[in-house]
Amino acid sequence: MADNHNQLTIHEAHRLLKTKQLSSVELTKACLENIHRIEPKVHALITTTDELALKQAEKADKLIAEGKANPLTGIPGLIKDNMCTKGIKTTCASKMLENFVPPYDAGVVERLNSCGAVILGKSNMDEFAMGSSTENSALFTTHNPWDLSRVPGGSSGGSAAAVAAGETIFALGSDTGGSIRQPAGFCNVTGLKPTYGRVSRYGLVAFASSLDQIGPLTQDVTDCALVLNAIAAHDSRDSTSVPSPTPDYTQCLSADLNGLRIGVPKEYFVEGIQTEVAQAIRTAINKLEELGAKVNWEASLPHTPYALAVYYIIAPSEASANLARYDGVKYGFSYQDTNSMWEAMEKTRQYGFGAEVKRRIMLGTYALSAGYYDAYYLKAQKVRTLIRQEFDQAFEKFDALITPTSPTVPFKIGEKVDDPLQMYLSDVCTLPINIAGLPAISIPAGFADGLPIGMQIIAKPFAEETILKIAHAYQQATGWHKKRAEI
Amino acid sequence: MKLSREEVLHIALLARLGLTETEVNRLSEQLSNILENFEALQQVDTSGIPPTAQSIPLRNVVSEDKVIPCLPQNQILANAPRRDGNFFRVKIVLE
Repeated sequence: MADNHNQLTIHEAHRLLKTKQLSSVELTKACLENIHRIEPKVHALITTTDELALKQAEKADKLIAEGKANPLTGIPGLIKDNMCTKGIKTTCASKMLENFVPPYDAGVVERLNSCGAVILGKSNMDEFAMGSSTENSALFTTHNPWDLSRVPGGSSGGSAAAVAAGETIFALGSDTGGSIRQPAGFCNVTGLKPTYGRVSRYGLVAFASSLDQIGPLTQDVTDCALVLNAIAAHDSRDSTSVPSPTPDYTQCLSADLNGLRIGVPKEYFVEGIQTEVAQAIRTAINKLEELGAKVNWEASLPHTPYALAVYYIIAPSEASANLARYDGVKYGFSYQDTNSMWEAMEKTRQYGFGAEVKRRIMLGTYALSAGYYDAYYLKAQKVRTLIRQEFDQAFEKFDALITPTSPTVPFKIGEKVDDPLQMYLSDVCTLPINIAGLPAISIPAGFADGLPIGMQIIAKPFAEETILKIAHAYQQATGWHKKRAEI
Repeated sequence: MKLSREEVLHIALLARLGLTETEVNRLSEQLSNILENFEALQQVDTSGIPPTAQSIPLRNVVSEDKVIPCLPQNQILANAPRRDGNFFRVKIVLE
């Protein structure tokens, strides 16, 4: 690992690949070596695909030699283990799918393959993406590279930790209530949740279908734009995939924020937020002001306090319906020690699902059941409308809104496992964005006692370019994203 | 809002989810606590507000009426816990 190639960004590596100063095989080997060195401490990967990765790297080197390289050709990446990979185990970090080998690739995996990207393996997560720390993984907990006694965030904790630890150049995550942004914030990496409908969900194991969205975790904003370029496209196999054309997301990256209107919603700076986090975000916003943005510190989204309840009714309701498919008949874990169909089904689900998944299935089933549907599910859907309308109104006045990504820095492993509500509060700043279907990014914005703080930038639907522009200008003017965990 | 043992068992039956005695007790407590926190929603005035089921303006997306290849039977059945020829084998449904 003499040259630390595993710590290159996509755009740096691409330049070296194109000018033949580095081969994809060398780059891939550097990442794999680092994976094997670091995994015993970080535990970010469920599956490592060494052989396949090296084969793909050789193929990529041929493409590069033929002058057919695009920005992701030969670049090693990691896929969250809830996206189907043909012939490679896709477990969702659940006992239910521990041995599941998909017969097809997810839409995003097809797109990475067609770019000639290299797949290093599958990353750890909270079981079925339900959680904020990876502690709900049925396989093992991922450790934060900045402090191994702390969580990396979740649910895409494996993806974020692996990027932070230089195990991969980039990773894909999925975000239902903050599952890309919160771990990105906790691990000092850049993580984007695109607008609902921007990236195909085909082949993403469904959790809450009206909220789920796939996005990149990278080392900087330029890389984020490059991965988004590769994965954002219409896909007729996902009926919520939006047919509008995708721009080249690297074109919006400039350092000039003159005239940009930024709102700071005050409801995101109240109770429960750690002082150092609030302070770091205020300092970061001052920086954006210096760069030319016009900041209104008194923006308001009054329904914000209801978002947590709305989310934890809607997401579990959708999950309880989506997870009904795990019946032990078609694939996955199957309890066999009975002749009764109903008992087999109940026991399959009893032994196949972990505690948090069961809790959410129960919560969702309750909210959808006769007598409670109007009071919970329908009520939550109506308040969802109010939350969306409030964002719509805010975006008439502002180009972007800025908040902390999470109210605290990464917490200790074990600290919140016995208190589901405390764990849910970790996503209080990110889940309103999924409720409204908006795009948002988390970028590094400082440290408190050596632990990363993330800043969230939110824009109106399909305004990813505004977000990337602000985030890029901030990264050019500061250097937080260049700080690496020493491990 | 306290969820009784009977209610927990009823929901578990609806979800076809087997639970141990410990889980029933724990869930009764935890779900009660969570639902109590969600009571706050009832304070929001939503009269005349339509529900939102999803956030994008797409409506009635239909596919082109075209024959496309699907996965071969063998691949579809490859993950089956119990297989009988080209069928999924299930437990007896009607005694």
